[in-house]
Amino acid sequence: MSPEFAGSQYVIEIIYLIASALFILSLKWMSSPATARHGILAGEIGMVLAIGGTLLRHGIVDWKWIIIALVIGSGIGIPLGMVQMTAVPQRTALSHAFGALCVTLVGTAEFYLRTPDVPKFMMSVLSMEVILGGLTFTGSLIAAGKLQEVLPQRPITYKGQNIVNLALLAVAIGLAVYLVIHPEAKQVFPVIVGIALVFGVFLVIPIGGADMPTVISLLNSYAGLSAAAMGFVLDSKLLIIAGALDGSSGFILSVIMCKAMNRSFTNVLFGAFGQVQASAAAGQEARSVRSATPEEAAAILAAANKVVIVPGYGMAVAQAQHKVRELYDLLTKKGVDVRFAIHPVAGRMPGHMNVLLAEADIPYDRLMEMDEINGEFPQTDVALVIGANDVTNPAARTDQSSPIFGMPILDVDKAHTVMVIKRSMNPGFAGIDNPLYYLDNTLMLFGDAKQFVGAIVKELGGH
Amino acid sequence: MNSNLIDALFVFMLAAFIGFEVIRHVSPLLHTPLMSLTNALDAIAVVGAIVLVGERKSTFATVLGVIAIIAATSNVVGGFFITDRMLRMFKSSRPAKK
Repeated sequence: MSPEFAGSQYVIEIIYLIASALFILSLKWMSSPATARHGILAGEIGMVLAIGGTLLRHGIVDWKWIIIALVIGSGIGIPLGMVQMTAVPQRTALSHAFGALCVTLVGTAEFYLRTPDVPKFMMSVLSMEVILGGLTFTGSLIAAGKLQEVLPQRPITYKGQNIVNLALLAVAIGLAVYLVIHPEAKQVFPVIVGIALVFGVFLVIPIGGADMPTVISLLNSYAGLSAAAMGFVLDSKLLIIAGALDGSSGFILSVIMCKAMNRSFTNVLFGAFGQVQASAAAGQEARSVRSATPEEAAAILAAANKVVIVPGYGMAVAQAQHKVRELYDLLTKKGVDVRFAIHPVAGRMPGHMNVLLAEADIPYDRLMEMDEINGEFPQTDVALVIGANDVTNPAARTDQSSPIFGMPILDVDKAHTVMVIKRSMNPGFAGIDNPLYYLDNTLMLFGDAKQFVGAIVKELGGH
Repeated sequence: MNSNLIDALFVFMLAAFIGFEVIRHVSPLLHTPLMSLTNALDAIAVVGAIVLVGERKSTFATVLGVIAIIAATSNVVGGFFITDRMLRMFKSSRPAKK
């Protein structure tokens, strides 16, 4: 290596250092909507610097394929960046899959380039990289398929599922250990990758749609960890930092989601979730509910001082957010204080509802977190639940036999009047009956969320 | 070599702690854009793929590397793009509306 190249090596490392700092700043600025867009800029500059710096490396002799791949990748990325906001969960799952695919492929290529003289530690991280990458790749594809409803959203379960899954994982890890001890046993490597890919599928098929926020966060974390492992293999501090940031971000989000569903982390890690739901559909008796027409609902809303709207996945499915905005505008004009109560697991990924409501132009300072708003329900005239179910189920507070007992919920039942827009009395996705619907202060508004809110808007003098 | 690995472990540990501290302060309001942003940042793995392709060590490595670059670049471009679109939607009611 000539001294000139050694010099450029330092320049590149400094560029990576700056990029790492920008990545950290980028996430730091995400803490508030006011600074978040600076965060993107910082991230973009960091990314351009890092890629540019890499292209300067003297070892790079072949540009053609790099350029072609960058162009194709950008071409795929643009439509992926333009998807509708309701499709963001599946897009996110898909991009976890792409990230993991990149890591797995690079790991595989590195293995075949370096074997058989791979030091033990290096082989351990390399195995970890492809195991995590492989399972994240297929797991995220399955998650994306479920979210896009190409695959059934219902959990696919069978007897002994956890044992099969754990056995698979154990075999993969066992083979990885063998490979660390016998690095010349090349043929073991593809088996490890194969098992990781199969394991990813098995890990996600038993998971139902309502648990997707946790799964997506967890896959996010795995994608980050696999990238960090790749950083160890390539001795790239930049990659280690970016991977660690992504890994911890996904981890924190999964913990938040777990807490919001009152599930333990081990419960989630072993894929046992989604299974509680199978048991609970039975045991409904014909209790009486009160229902109301759009005219009645409009009159009650117009007479209220304080209204809290509780959106859920049903709002997203019905694409009702823009009608909800019209309702918000009309009521606000009439002097009604309207706010939105967002449960952490409402929707199909963390923060899903906030994005949909922001898309509909509802100011973000009207969107309240569960802890902020729960104390205010007793002073709320009307709680309007749109397409949310389990997150409002008072059984979670009172009924020890309920599968969701202990899950923190939005205390809508404490509002003076509760109105629930729902298609029918069929229990929701999770199959758990909701005693909220039978309360004396509850009015059921039967119909499609978008049409019903539209009818209320019309009554209130909108169009 | 060994000291390099130890250095790398230290870097990982510190970055993980920074990650925890920084992410803990992200408002739940922004959890979706946070995830798409970290996704874009994570696609920095493209750097490894670029080196792999650029050094042209074997056809096999080049083929895998090209696919890896495509996958990661689509995350970079798509991830930043959609995060920006989302964040542009978040508006406060306090400053006078245009």
